Amino acid sequence: MAIDLAQFIQTFFEESFEGLDVMEAGLLALEPDAAVDLEQINTIFRAAHSIKGGSGTFGFKNVTDFTHLMETLLDKMREGRMAISRAAVNTLLESVDCLREMLVAARENAQVDDERVQALRDRLMQLLELKQTAPTATPASDEPTPPQTLGWCIQFQPYPQMMHSGNDPVRMFRELAELGELTVRPDVARLPRLADLQPEDCYLSWELELVGLAPHDAVAEVFAWVEGDCELTLTPLVEAVTPVSAAPPLPSPAVRPGTAEEGQQGELLLERRQTEDRRKGDRRASAVTTPDGGSIRVGIDKVDAVINLVGELVTTQSMLSALGEGFDMSRLDKLHEALDQLDRNTRDLQEHVMRIRMLPVSSVFSRFPRLVHDMSGKLGKEVDLRINGEQTELDKTVIEKIGDPLVHLIRNSLDHGLEPPDERVRAGKPATGVISLDAYHKSGSIFIEVGDDGRGLNREALLRKGLDTGLLKAGEDYSDEQIYELIFHPGLSTAKQISDVSGRGVGMDVVRRNIQDVGGSIQITSQPGKGARITICLPLTLAILDGQLVSIGQDCYIIPLLSVIESVQIRADAVNRVAGKGEILRFRGQPLPILRLYELFGTEDAVTDLEKGLLVVVEADGRQVGLFVDDLEGQQQISIKSLEKNFRRVSGVAGATILGDGRVGLILDISGLIRVNNPVL
Amino acid sequence: MNTKTTDLATLGPRGLSKRDATAEGLQYLTFSLAGEEYGIDILKVQEIRGWAPVTKVPNAPPFVRGVMNLRGAIVPVIDLRLRFGLETMAYTKTTVVIVVTVQSASGSRIIGTVVDGVSDVLNPNAADIQPPPDFGTAVHTEFISGLVTIEAGMVMLLDVDRLLSVEEMFALETVRPANEHGIAQAA
Amino acid sequence: MANILVVDDSASMRQMVEFTLKEAGHQVTVAEDGQAALAIAKGGLTSDLVITDVNMPNMDGITLIRELRSLPAYKFTPILTLTTESTTEKKMEGKDAGATGWIVKPFNPEKLLATVNKVLG
Repeated sequence: MAIDLAQFIQTFFEESFEGLDVMEAGLLALEPDAAVDLEQINTIFRAAHSIKGGSGTFGFKNVTDFTHLMETLLDKMREGRMAISRAAVNTLLESVDCLREMLVAARENAQVDDERVQALRDRLMQLLELKQTAPTATPASDEPTPPQTLGWCIQFQPYPQMMHSGNDPVRMFRELAELGELTVRPDVARLPRLADLQPEDCYLSWELELVGLAPHDAVAEVFAWVEGDCELTLTPLVEAVTPVSAAPPLPSPAVRPGTAEEGQQGELLLERRQTEDRRKGDRRASAVTTPDGGSIRVGIDKVDAVINLVGELVTTQSMLSALGEGFDMSRLDKLHEALDQLDRNTRDLQEHVMRIRMLPVSSVFSRFPRLVHDMSGKLGKEVDLRINGEQTELDKTVIEKIGDPLVHLIRNSLDHGLEPPDERVRAGKPATGVISLDAYHKSGSIFIEVGDDGRGLNREALLRKGLDTGLLKAGEDYSDEQIYELIFHPGLSTAKQISDVSGRGVGMDVVRRNIQDVGGSIQITSQPGKGARITICLPLTLAILDGQLVSIGQDCYIIPLLSVIESVQIRADAVNRVAGKGEILRFRGQPLPILRLYELFGTEDAVTDLEKGLLVVVEADGRQVGLFVDDLEGQQQISIKSLEKNFRRVSGVAGATILGDGRVGLILDISGLIRVNNPVL
Repeated sequence: MNTKTTDLATLGPRGLSKRDATAEGLQYLTFSLAGEEYGIDILKVQEIRGWAPVTKVPNAPPFVRGVMNLRGAIVPVIDLRLRFGLETMAYTKTTVVIVVTVQSASGSRIIGTVVDGVSDVLNPNAADIQPPPDFGTAVHTEFISGLVTIEAGMVMLLDVDRLLSVEEMFALETVRPANEHGIAQAA
Repeated sequence: MANILVVDDSASMRQMVEFTLKEAGHQVTVAEDGQAALAIAKGGLTSDLVITDVNMPNMDGITLIRELRSLPAYKFTPILTLTTESTTEKKMEGKDAGATGWIVKPFNPEKLLATVNKVLG
């Protein structure tokens, strides 16, 4: 039977990448030169061990060899035969990276950076005090071929407990019989009296004669599992005189590791990969990317919940069809009841199906200890990274999109936010800075905060930049918030020099755009000398949102309920028209710009009198604006459909949905509208 | 001149039988627009619907009437009179939306087109199709793939892939910047 | 056809072993660590063969074998370990706990089936 291993290889890659993350997190948590935390090292060891086992089975020999070295090192650490030095931990961390690249290369049939692999191998070898540096770690052992015989005389005397290990002499005899002509002579000498007989023990011994060309090892192999459970002697049969040299050698059972057949299989795999490498040229894999159509790992509890709900739905459905047969008005109540139940079922089912797409943010957060470890070393800063709420769940797509923005934010905090230790001490702060990463769930949204206790944003520098670039006007009074928001503007960076760590090119504007692309918003607060904090607000899911329906003229628009603060009726005399700023309402002590949506959208027949319509106060990116609409309609859950496939991007509109009555409703893009109102941001 | 016509009544609701078209040669659905007759390759036509109000899309070019719900898909609806820069006319009972599939480099899209009324299905021989004239048509000649003469006059065959490509439509009239209407600037 | 309990914390190995055995017509129950396997066994599942990984979180293969051997239903059940260790010392660790034998990783489906058939007869 031929079984294609390819179908399991995807799983192997997935679990290996997870294993690497586990190793990385474990290594980062190891305290060098401290007492050995056995469980910690065990966890790391296990992950390495699994990768080694899997890679061998699935034909990635270079991975197996490399992991073997790491595993050996970890084993030594585990057994206390080797100190957990910073150097060793760093080498292992780099090896994790290298291994990740090797796996990515294997998955994508790309080229591995052999030099790098070899360099790390050498370092691992050095730590292990091994001299040999040849890439092939396990040279084929050339055992001398035992002289061939014509057969074997086997004395086999099991200890009484042999069968307790599940070994059965009959099984072994059957195997032997496959190797040649077998004669079995039992010896009942040890059999006790019936009264003393333990039915579970083995009292028999055997003398076996195997005639055939079976090599010694093949015969010994049959008894390998009972080594130590029996007395065994193998004596070659010699009395036969005519050696049958032309007879083909008997096949040895494929039980031993590293048989010729297997080596060949491995080589074939390798060869195929190399051919594809050549075709793909010199492409190198550098990052772990998930190919499109990736899979998701779902806890069985989530699946069970969905199955339960489907069960309920089926019940409701049969209830409704029973009602439908011979329905009369007397059963109207029952119908309403069943419909209510259907409504409930549908909502629950939808909610639970959505949950399947949810992953804990730990999948993103887990890479930050390493990032901070490496970067703080480079920058000469001391940093304590505090992570909270990594079990908070988010939609998979959102998770995938927020990784890079978060990396950027954390780099910013490390590079620009936190001061060097001496500066901190002079400022009366502890030398070790704190970067905090928090995720939490609040009122239907997920919040992620990146905070630091560094110097905070430089308000003066930002203000100057804003004035220089004409984004701010001289003589105007700007709030801290308005000034801090400038960092999200393209081309505005207050970093005096571009450092190696923060990199170039990608600015906070890109961070904000990425966040907005997944329907989120971003906000910054800062206190001079005390630190800065960036708060990202993300939707739980991308496909469905709770919407507030509003009418403007004949049209119906949807405002994401998350953005809505409140809806108010206003008095015209509370509104001021300010030159260049439009209409401003004094609202709860704050100036609130008013956006007349009918003007923006060119709607006819809309309510134009501010006192006759409604103002929906919405918030995005920390700014509020009042959207003037005719009236509120209902609230409903809507599934978002893209307009862009058949249309061009429409400003102020985030998407569309089909309303309950079959009409199309447009979903307002609140961030976009706020930016339209205040182009500075 | 050997031009067959097929009675519209033979068309089912979505029964624009595509097999017939390949068997019998070219087929065009003809429709009227401001007194002229136009034809669309019947293979492009997905269905014909009566006019029903659509959802307006703000700041879209005027010829985009809005979007409609086509069995769960959101489909833009284009007024062909406006697209061709012809005089507008109030929609009547005969006003229909021809739903067409448009091919472009980025894949296929579905678009609804509002026309005055559907007339006929035309089966011209390839030889009967003449090249478009250089002038004298209401429609820019680059969107016309050919001309067919029938008893009642002339039918202009439209290249809908070109006519209704997003690039083409929005190149002519870009979306007006939103803040042109913005209250912030209105004051 | 035999009832086989497969224990491995690695999903890919588990899938591969399960698939191979099922293709060969066996009834396969899988567990992702020793704890889960023991719970299944204590829950009343009887097996004709147990195949277990050694290095696993929560409960390793060695402990699992010891625990299984203390259950009447598993006293004589053949138990094979999946091990990357080819040194005698490591193999014997499993033996001491009561394993019947071992399959050394890496192995391919053919080798797995050959060994399983050998044990099942």
